[in-house]
Amino acid sequence: MTTIATDLSRDRLSSRADEIYSTLLAAHEGLDDRESAALNARLILLLANLVGDADAVIEAIARAKKSGDGARDHNERT
Amino acid sequence: MARYAYKPFLYQKPAELSGGGGKRRPVVIIGAGPVGLSAAIDLALHGVAAVVLDDNDVVSLGSRAICWSKRTLEIFDRLGVGARMVEKGVTWKVGRLFHGDRQVYAFDLLPERGHKMPAFINLQQYYVEQYLVERCADFPDLIELRWKNKLTGLERRQDGVTLAIETPDGVYALEADWAIACDGARSTTRSLLSLDFAGRVFEERFLIADVEMASDFPSERWFWFEPPFHKGQSALLHKQPDNIYRIDLQLGGDADPSEEEKPERVIPRIKAIVGDRPFAIDWVSVYTFQCRRLERFVHGRVIFAGDSAHIVSPFGARGGNGGIQDVDNLAWKLAMVIKGEAGDALIASYDEERIRGADENILNSARSTNFMTPKSEMERIFRRAALELAVDHAFARRMVNSGRLSLPCSLAGLPLQTTDNAGEGVAPGVACPDAPVGENSYLLERLGGAFKLLAIGEVEAPLNLGLEVIRVGKGGLRDRDGLVEARFGRNTVYLVRPDQHIAARFSAMASETAVTQALARATCRLATRQEAAA
Repeated sequence: MTTIATDLSRDRLSSRADEIYSTLLAAHEGLDDRESAALNARLILLLANLVGDADAVIEAIARAKKSGDGARDHNERT
Repeated sequence: MARYAYKPFLYQKPAELSGGGGKRRPVVIIGAGPVGLSAAIDLALHGVAAVVLDDNDVVSLGSRAICWSKRTLEIFDRLGVGARMVEKGVTWKVGRLFHGDRQVYAFDLLPERGHKMPAFINLQQYYVEQYLVERCADFPDLIELRWKNKLTGLERRQDGVTLAIETPDGVYALEADWAIACDGARSTTRSLLSLDFAGRVFEERFLIADVEMASDFPSERWFWFEPPFHKGQSALLHKQPDNIYRIDLQLGGDADPSEEEKPERVIPRIKAIVGDRPFAIDWVSVYTFQCRRLERFVHGRVIFAGDSAHIVSPFGARGGNGGIQDVDNLAWKLAMVIKGEAGDALIASYDEERIRGADENILNSARSTNFMTPKSEMERIFRRAALELAVDHAFARRMVNSGRLSLPCSLAGLPLQTTDNAGEGVAPGVACPDAPVGENSYLLERLGGAFKLLAIGEVEAPLNLGLEVIRVGKGGLRDRDGLVEARFGRNTVYLVRPDQHIAARFSAMASETAVTQALARATCRLATRQEAAA
């Protein structure tokens, strides 16, 4: 569990993070909201399979849910 | 603290208009900004004379470029003004990034020790120009600064240029073998040659306000996405010397520049950030992002450097820094060509090497701009996701983009460098990292200006090639913190270019033949030799 938590945070893309981010945005260009959401869904499923470790994927889902808008107070740091 | 006092430089009637002159010059530099002045000094250090023209007679009005990177400071140090700039500048290395009212993360730019120069300083462009102008005075026989000399015409020939220049005393013609256009984003030279300046203009408008205030804000870079005081936009606060603060505010695409520059619009925006502290506005400018470059920087005997050749958005500090790195790359090449030590092919390599640098700057700058100005709901969603994850996840901090700060461009793989397979140390093409040597000096103080061999440890370096050998380790400079060996590897010889980039690396042995060949390659003499052999 601790390993998964560390792995979820650790930077593994290093200098190519910007490239990934801009490729993602480019993939969404010209799509409407529905198409964009569908693209994200397909991508998530592909990446989940690529991660392979089911526990890690489940932990990532929990993290993503916690980091979002509704979880703001939870994340507040002093 | 008194604000900067602009003192006009002395205009003098050019010799050409007093019945004298008429002499053909090796180099004329158009524009006495940081880039043009640095070019004149670098050429003078190589013994090449230059006339510098400027249509004005004062330094930059307004702070403009303020953020000078470590690599640029190393170049300024080589030019003899680095220490002065660091002394006056505000050294900073901590940046804080906020989303709304909470801090997402903080970063430290230079956690590594053993460098003479800091990661960044903030120093107003007018100081940089003043110090460079004063440094030019150290070369009275080589540098002539001509204020209020405005370029109005340019005629190109195979072996030179003729410039038409307007002064308060009339118009005259000046002949030169080479012209370097350092006349900025609105380059007259570029217009006179009708060159296309292709690229992107982003619609978003930004406001820069420099304010003077006595304040206790730390010397850090603070950047906000969607700040509480400036709804839905972004903001930057950065400290400069003399208690001047740079405030940069995103205004959106619909903002009217002439309206936004009015004090009644600017003052409330600043108050929203600084609160009730008393302040005075020093300089205001409304601008749009642009990313453009010339297709080529070398046009026969006219060479473009700095903003005249390429422009980027200010986030990332890649404008002024990119221009100084152009000069670093160009001056030694042009000097060798003028002295007949190399052919025009060496000038062509400036085009190739600095276009790589410009493209890197444009790519990074465009990405930062995209992150700062989401074009669609999905882009806003992705940005929010990155910012939210960044609080607890290191990887997401890599994706948050408020400007990727300028790093030296690697020239690896380009033709002047000798590629090798050695894994250890610094790869050919990379700018030499600094390290402490001797009792209280630094490695980079010993390198640059000319081709040199850097020999580390017990390794032989040829002494009969006319190259100065800088030896670190046994029988040479003391590697006082062991950082030369840690950064460069042991028992290795490097051929270092006059701009402190590595041209070649030799592990175990640097034979006379191997070094000679690498030097020929680095000065574009290799092809000629091969042709001669064939």
